[in-house]
Amino acid sequence: MQFFGVPFTVFGDESLQYLNTILGKRAFIVTDKNITKLGLADLVITELKKANIECKIFDGVEPDPSIETVVKAAGIAKDFKPDWVIGLGGGSSMDTAKSALVCYVAGIGPLDMSPSEFYNLRSKAKLMCIPTTSGTGSEATWAIVLTDVAGQRKVSLGSYETMPDVAILDPLMVMSMPPQITGDTGIDALCHAIEGYTATWRTKFTDGPGLAAIRLVFQNLKKAYDNGKDEDARKEMMYAAHQAGSCFSNGMPGLGHSTGHALGGIFHTPHGRAVGLFLPYTMEYLINGSEEAVGLFAEIARFCKIGAGDDKKCALALVDAVRKLAKSVGQPLSVKETGIKREDYMKSMPDLLDRSVNEMMTSTVTRVPESEDLEKMFTYAYDGKSVDF
Amino acid sequence: MAVFGTIEWVTAFMEAINASKAYEDAAKTWEGDFYFITEVGGAVKEQGYQYVDLWHGKCRKVDVVTEATKDKYKPEFVLQASIATWRKVAEKKVDPIQAIVTRQLKLTGNMGKVMRAVKAAQELVNCVTQVKTEYPE
Ligand SMILES: [Fe+2]
Repeated sequence: MQFFGVPFTVFGDESLQYLNTILGKRAFIVTDKNITKLGLADLVITELKKANIECKIFDGVEPDPSIETVVKAAGIAKDFKPDWVIGLGGGSSMDTAKSALVCYVAGIGPLDMSPSEFYNLRSKAKLMCIPTTSGTGSEATWAIVLTDVAGQRKVSLGSYETMPDVAILDPLMVMSMPPQITGDTGIDALCHAIEGYTATWRTKFTDGPGLAAIRLVFQNLKKAYDNGKDEDARKEMMYAAHQAGSCFSNGMPGLGHSTGHALGGIFHTPHGRAVGLFLPYTMEYLINGSEEAVGLFAEIARFCKIGAGDDKKCALALVDAVRKLAKSVGQPLSVKETGIKREDYMKSMPDLLDRSVNEMMTSTVTRVPESEDLEKMFTYAYDGKSVDF
Repeated sequence: MAVFGTIEWVTAFMEAINASKAYEDAAKTWEGDFYFITEVGGAVKEQGYQYVDLWHGKCRKVDVVTEATKDKYKPEFVLQASIATWRKVAEKKVDPIQAIVTRQLKLTGNMGKVMRAVKAAQELVNCVTQVKTEYPE
């Protein structure tokens, strides 16, 4: 038995207008202060009001949302009793909305959420996500990433019930993204699609969105980064992130995410930048020891018209193309370039290893590394040295 | 050869855990006990409870209880599945995490704690594969 879950997706110009057609009484909007300041929350509320839906905003989501923030949001939801919970923003806001919904309906703490438990969330409220970045794809996934601040680690949670009912992809919401965030989040989307397409949980259903997303990122990320006003590129990146989300949510991310999460948990490197940084190194690692991965990377390369020749050549050309794209959108290609000091990094090695070895994504790849290989990979990535083992 | 769900089986499982260096390394900070529950169905006529207490890389106690005596322990975690699913997990035909998210394997307990111990959980499955197992037909 396997699952493939996706939300009902509304996309394209004026998609926000869908909000004035929904049925409900109260909408609880989970977002961050920047989104309210930019007036994006007002756009959502204006449409919901047309549907006679009362709105309440929680805009206290911080980057890398903590367990405490979720508890706070859930507390407000409990009093407000919404029949819609809406995550508006980047992955942090959407993930907070998902977790707040579970805590509000099930009356449990965020860490008590089990993927195998059925909480009957829809008995009280439906879940909607409206992304304002094009990267996390959280609006198309059931995954939730929270931060255990005291433990300095990311916690991956969620269940098929935390898949949003509705995702609204209105290009208006992403037009004001600054180039740095466009680059960081766009590379995250690329990472989702490449990792999801090659993961051990991949299925015939994840192939399509994975390939489509990768090609869209190669065609549009640099354009959106160079010219934020390029509406077509913005739109295509939004669709890419969404499709990449459904690819990895159903297929699982991989080593770029497990190593990137470890780095982010300790050094607070933004998510996309961290996972994107490790992606080419982990791809090389897979190429060096997994024929299956070589074949899958070659499929991607050929679909995107990258490289030529046999599978290995195409796979390596893909790695090269990933590095070139990342560099062109302001991404660091080594840990050194992020500004992390070598001595701090090396001192944190036991923690980096403990975290990455205990990430589920470390085991959903076609070549599962033990601690020794992970340590080498972390070391190579610091200096920007290609993985040769 | 031990029959899954019996005291002989769970004792052999304990021995496999305590012989595993990989498990010991991965679980050196783990503290938490489990019920592994086998649901009624097929040859399983009564719900079975295997109790396993894991502590700092070792297994310090195992037991088998029944529906009538299940209150003997109050384990921190419960994993429940049909005999067919247990078999698939034990024979590595299905990824236990995938079995959990598709609800074939039901997990109760602090997920945050489990998610910090993924490697230990994988090594535990490796220990299961060490036990020569017969499944009730
Ligand atoms: Fe990601």
